[in-house]
Amino acid sequence: MTPAERAQRTLRRTAPWIAVSLLLMAAVYVRALAFTPPEAAQGLAQKIFYVHVPSAWVAFLAFGIVGSVSLAYLVRKDPRLDLLAAAAAEVGMVFTTVVLVTGPIWGKPVWGTWWTWDARLTLTLFLWFVVLAYLVLRGAVQEPERRARYAAVLGILGSLLVPFIYVSVYLFRTVHPMPVVLRAGGPTLPGSMRVTLFFSLAVFTLFFAVLLRYRFALARLAEARARAAAERADA
Amino acid sequence: MRDLVRVAWAIAAKDVLLEFRSRTAFASALVFTALVLAILNFARDPTAVSAHSLAPGALWITFTFAGMLGLNRAFGLERENRALDGLLLSPASRTAVYVGKVAANLVFVGAVEAVALPLFALFFNVPVVPVLGPLVLVIALATLGFVAVGTLMSSMAVNTRLAELMLPVLLLPFLVPPVTAAVQLTAHLFAGRPFSAAFGWLRLLLGYDVIFVAACILLFESTIEE
Amino acid sequence: MAAAVTQPAVGVAGTALTVRGLERRFGHVRALCGIDFALGEGDSLAVFGPNGAGKTTLLRVVAGLLLPHRGEVLLDGVPPGRADEAHRRRVGLIAHYSLLYDGLTAAENLRFYARLYGLRDRAAVERALEGVGLAGRSGDLVATFSRGMVQRLAIARALLHEPRVVLLDEPFSGLDQRAAAVLRDLLLRLRAERRTMVLVTHNIDEGLELATHVAIQVAGRFAEFGPAAGDLAAYRDRYSEATAGRA
Repeated sequence: MTPAERAQRTLRRTAPWIAVSLLLMAAVYVRALAFTPPEAAQGLAQKIFYVHVPSAWVAFLAFGIVGSVSLAYLVRKDPRLDLLAAAAAEVGMVFTTVVLVTGPIWGKPVWGTWWTWDARLTLTLFLWFVVLAYLVLRGAVQEPERRARYAAVLGILGSLLVPFIYVSVYLFRTVHPMPVVLRAGGPTLPGSMRVTLFFSLAVFTLFFAVLLRYRFALARLAEARARAAAERADA
Repeated sequence: MRDLVRVAWAIAAKDVLLEFRSRTAFASALVFTALVLAILNFARDPTAVSAHSLAPGALWITFTFAGMLGLNRAFGLERENRALDGLLLSPASRTAVYVGKVAANLVFVGAVEAVALPLFALFFNVPVVPVLGPLVLVIALATLGFVAVGTLMSSMAVNTRLAELMLPVLLLPFLVPPVTAAVQLTAHLFAGRPFSAAFGWLRLLLGYDVIFVAACILLFESTIEE
Repeated sequence: MAAAVTQPAVGVAGTALTVRGLERRFGHVRALCGIDFALGEGDSLAVFGPNGAGKTTLLRVVAGLLLPHRGEVLLDGVPPGRADEAHRRRVGLIAHYSLLYDGLTAAENLRFYARLYGLRDRAAVERALEGVGLAGRSGDLVATFSRGMVQRLAIARALLHEPRVVLLDEPFSGLDQRAAAVLRDLLLRLRAERRTMVLVTHNIDEGLELATHVAIQVAGRFAEFGPAAGDLAAYRDRYSEATAGRA
């Protein structure tokens, strides 16, 4: 089976899973809206927590994948690893943006302002900038081998950066305390909410894995087609 | 090791000599510095915001942006006549090339900072002299981190179409930890608080320098070797 | 229609420069599709070929500026390690870029390279400048030099560390008469010193005069390789044949 055919087979097999995850997501929201008690102080606005938190988890997962796959690429120089890192960055970008959009949507009714420099939101904002830089860099380099090398270097440095930004933001907050804006519930999360959150995390992770697989297969297909076209031109 | 020092020194000396002869980047950075400091002063309401509250941030915005003007020089000057090939053809290790470039950039940024600091003390009327020692230490540590990462980023940015724009896009997220720490430490010093109160920030700065200088040394070869 | 392809015994002990199965891509473009040859000490290979044949890529790989995706380059039978200093000391490259700094003087440029290569002999820089007739301009900025002078200085730079293998990429292009004469003399002197040379050019006349071996490179491959024999006209015919086959 040629690489193009393998990629196409993956696309065909993955597509139904996209539908499945979306259905599961709908199920989780039905549960969240209808079957999970609203939080006392924040009311309905708090429901967005079930989108916001899993998206953040997935964004960081994606980022971790970009970092480790980038390292693997520099060691093994396999171009498919580069395609995988790029796919993870793109999909991760989507989820990071969701976090940054749902944050203010949650914050506005609860606290009256769109944006606060809440620790986690700030960390996510900088993560967003790093992924943006990664994607911009990829777009700015024409030659494929050089693009892969540069992206890998940035991916590795970006992963190293995350813990430092985390420490910076938390140190900043201990010096300049700010209201803890986006807390899910009381001091501990009551049972029913915890279950909904858990389901939501699982469904989002599944959705991410499916999207990643699909995007990676698309990239492999494009690559295989370009190679075939170049070989036809050569012959 | 001695080879590395010899080669890095040769490269740094050559870069400093070239910059000294043309002086364009240095002059632009100085003018930029003076302008930023002056504008920041006018950009506040003097009754609402004291110079002291604005000072640490103003200092570090100035250092960072003026510094970025100079970072692209390091690899930009190797593009004419493909001089970089000359470096790569030679037996010089890629690490020596990186160290030499970082050293040259440190001289450049350091020179800009040496002029900016007194200007800043003048415009913002802050007591710099009593805390000069610790302040210079903070500036040195933060500048090292910023220049180490910036030199690596510029080795990539210089090969993209919009190099001057690409560098800030790549570099700015990486400046958050060192610049935040530097601003906090500087504020501490200007307010006359003891250094020990801000130990967390100092540790952050040191940790950043150690990790990122090491990472950049290891990764540099990948940006330069085709 | 196949032209006579003579392959030497590849990998014979004592060969100054051996190239085996060299492949290199740029994205989907295959610049080198498998190049093999071997040269003994003192041999000079002239490589002719149209634009886009991958001649410059070949030189850059031999020089160590590019890593091949497959294959290897052996100097004196020894393969380069990942960061082999010794390999780079043995090779010199004269390209159409001068690899010089316009903002430095001639002497400063050469002294810089001498330090890069760790050359101890202080007088080497003066000798190099004299050798290309630039001793009188050693204190002048390269920015003030003519094209011919720049090329002469570039040659001095490339040979400063006395490489045993000299690679030349279209060295005669854009040269004035004086510089061309200096270059020709220089190449003859290098031959007399039994240095191994690879000269890439699309000017058959110049190449043939100096070469012991000739190769015709088309589309990343050697369409022909062998000792220089036969006259200019024969080579011209074979060259058109080889390049026409690609059209």
